[in-house]
Amino acid sequence: MTAQQAQIAPDLTVDEVRVRTRTGSAEGSATFIGAAAAALGLVWLVYQRVLPFSGVLGFWVCWYVMFLAVYYLMARMQWDGLEARNRLASVAFATGGVLALLIVIDQVGYTLFKGEGAVRHVNFWIKSASLVGPQTTSMKIGGVFHAIVGSLEQLGLATAIAVPLGVTAALYLVEIGGGFAQVVRTIVEAMTALPDMVAGLFIYVTLILSLGLGKSGFCAAVAIAVTMMPIVARASEVVLRIVPGTLKEAAYAVGGTQWRTVRDVILPTARSGLATAIVLAMARGIGETAPVLLTAGYTKELNLDPFHGPQTSLPLFIYYAVHVLATPPYVERGFGAGFALVVVVLILFTIARRIGGRAPGELSKRQRRKLSREAS
Amino acid sequence: MAVALTSEPAPAPPGPPGDDSPRKIISTVSAGDKAFRGVLRSAGIAVLVTNALILIFLILRSLSAFHRAGFGFFTTQAFYPELSGQFGIAALLPDSAEIAVIALAIAMPVGVAVALYISEYAPAGLRGPMIAVIDLMTAIPSIIYALWGLFFLMPRILGTDEWLAFHLGFIPFFHFTKPNFLSYFVGAPFIAGVVVSLMVIPIITSLSRQVFSQAPQGEREAAYALGSTKWGMVRTVVLPFGRAGVIGASMLGLGRALGETIAVTFILTPPTFHFTIHVLEGGGNSITAEIANFILQYDTKGQAALLACGLVLFASTLIVNSLASLVINRSRSGAATAD
Repeated sequence: MTAQQAQIAPDLTVDEVRVRTRTGSAEGSATFIGAAAAALGLVWLVYQRVLPFSGVLGFWVCWYVMFLAVYYLMARMQWDGLEARNRLASVAFATGGVLALLIVIDQVGYTLFKGEGAVRHVNFWIKSASLVGPQTTSMKIGGVFHAIVGSLEQLGLATAIAVPLGVTAALYLVEIGGGFAQVVRTIVEAMTALPDMVAGLFIYVTLILSLGLGKSGFCAAVAIAVTMMPIVARASEVVLRIVPGTLKEAAYAVGGTQWRTVRDVILPTARSGLATAIVLAMARGIGETAPVLLTAGYTKELNLDPFHGPQTSLPLFIYYAVHVLATPPYVERGFGAGFALVVVVLILFTIARRIGGRAPGELSKRQRRKLSREAS
Repeated sequence: MAVALTSEPAPAPPGPPGDDSPRKIISTVSAGDKAFRGVLRSAGIAVLVTNALILIFLILRSLSAFHRAGFGFFTTQAFYPELSGQFGIAALLPDSAEIAVIALAIAMPVGVAVALYISEYAPAGLRGPMIAVIDLMTAIPSIIYALWGLFFLMPRILGTDEWLAFHLGFIPFFHFTKPNFLSYFVGAPFIAGVVVSLMVIPIITSLSRQVFSQAPQGEREAAYALGSTKWGMVRTVVLPFGRAGVIGASMLGLGRALGETIAVTFILTPPTFHFTIHVLEGGGNSITAEIANFILQYDTKGQAALLACGLVLFASTLIVNSLASLVINRSRSGAATAD
């Protein structure tokens, strides 16, 4: 070993070659583009011309498989097997990432595109569907205002129930702990994966069948809260757990009680993370369909009172429009409601991203300005 | 610490000789704290109670259905609870499982690939946005997936279905027994599985990504030092380290797929009560779709039968998810990502 090293060492000093840390290269890009183009041409020829296949999806699946094959062959011509496999793996994983991106863009874009016909009329946003019959083709009549109101009221109620309970449960898991907390954590984890249909069944059986409450926005809100609560609890637990222990110890050392420590140190420190957890749970909650289906009832009328009478929400409106009524004009309205729903979810998601992503205790610009004002 | 080590050790406090038992730690909890801890504890109890109530009420309300159907509940491939005792989950549960397995077969490779891309391959600047995309996939409501699946995917996938049926028809799953019309491919479990897979991908991706990124740096560098390429490193270090995490994530995804309602309800038409492994044939059913379609139409007897189905669904997802968390927590990578 030492003899070898002695031989190698002087060589290294003689011709030093700068190590390239960049991974991309002209050959790499050219191989990639060439393989993509070759596969496209070949699949187009075989799939569309020679063999009588049809279907857009099948075309792209075939293209992808062909692309990987061509890419590997081209890589194998230039590099050894190890390097070729390495490049093939990189490309395969990268296309996985691109696929995820495409799916999201496609989902959101398709709904927005199809819903555009209905939502560009102002009445769609400010009228209820009370005058809309199954065959009302004109989009200038009626809208989904009743469903927007229902969605927002139900989401508000569900948040008011689920967030205090979820955050308190998370505080219990983190701050008190112990054997019982372990049981609660297991249950919370199990509830996160509770089928949303079961949450709806539960509320249907308890509140509506056993207690005799009529179907109402409130029942729907409780059902949504059952699905939201474990999401809030789990996400909050993660956030509360990364509050630095030194901060807590400092609070206890200056004589703080546990309650004051939680109120003045732990919760403010974890504020941005908690807010993200809550807003993400709200984004999940507003899209819940199955629980609402059993508990809210369906109506075409505007119902401002969530405690009495059936109240429609956006997902429920889509369900009825597309699955139950299923006439072409109603499907178009359903896509309009989908547009509204996607917009609400995107807004909530953007808010969550804006307030989230900061480490616990890291201050926003406004908080820093406020602090410096107070200091001066 | 260094200062404390070099300074003189403090003389031990004088005590009665021979008394080595540890000092008793007395911490007084103020009344306010007692109340506070009580509130926290009651929130924990509320979670337990909610879960117990779900179980109790589902059991109570479905008992009559189990009485009427007897053991036939688990062996009957029909569902006429209002007319007779002829109803059971022998078609519904396998159908649900079939869709979930199809979803998983697609979502697992894609989800792991995306997770590997984000944690290992993506440039640092792209990592944050990609994580946001995966989070957004989780946040998109299932009814939007359902709309997309019904109106966008369905017309475009039928050609592929036909191709699978006539070129891979020798595989039992893709065997097609109906006449060769595209309309017989509409509403098949395979299409439902594809749509559900899109909802499962973000679950598998986000958990696998966390596990992969925990793979020890030392072992990665060791692999590189032995002359491994990046793929070699991923294959020998990251994937074995994350194996249990991936399995656990996939089981969580399976639980989610079993419980998925709206997409399955939209796509499976017409509802049938005959289980078939020919996934390309139109029709089929699932527990969730059956409940969504009929619970508001049935009388008390029928509702009890549907609640019994709901109970079976609840129990099966509970088992799957408990197994998943067991796998994750027992593993090396799971211990690393515990909190």
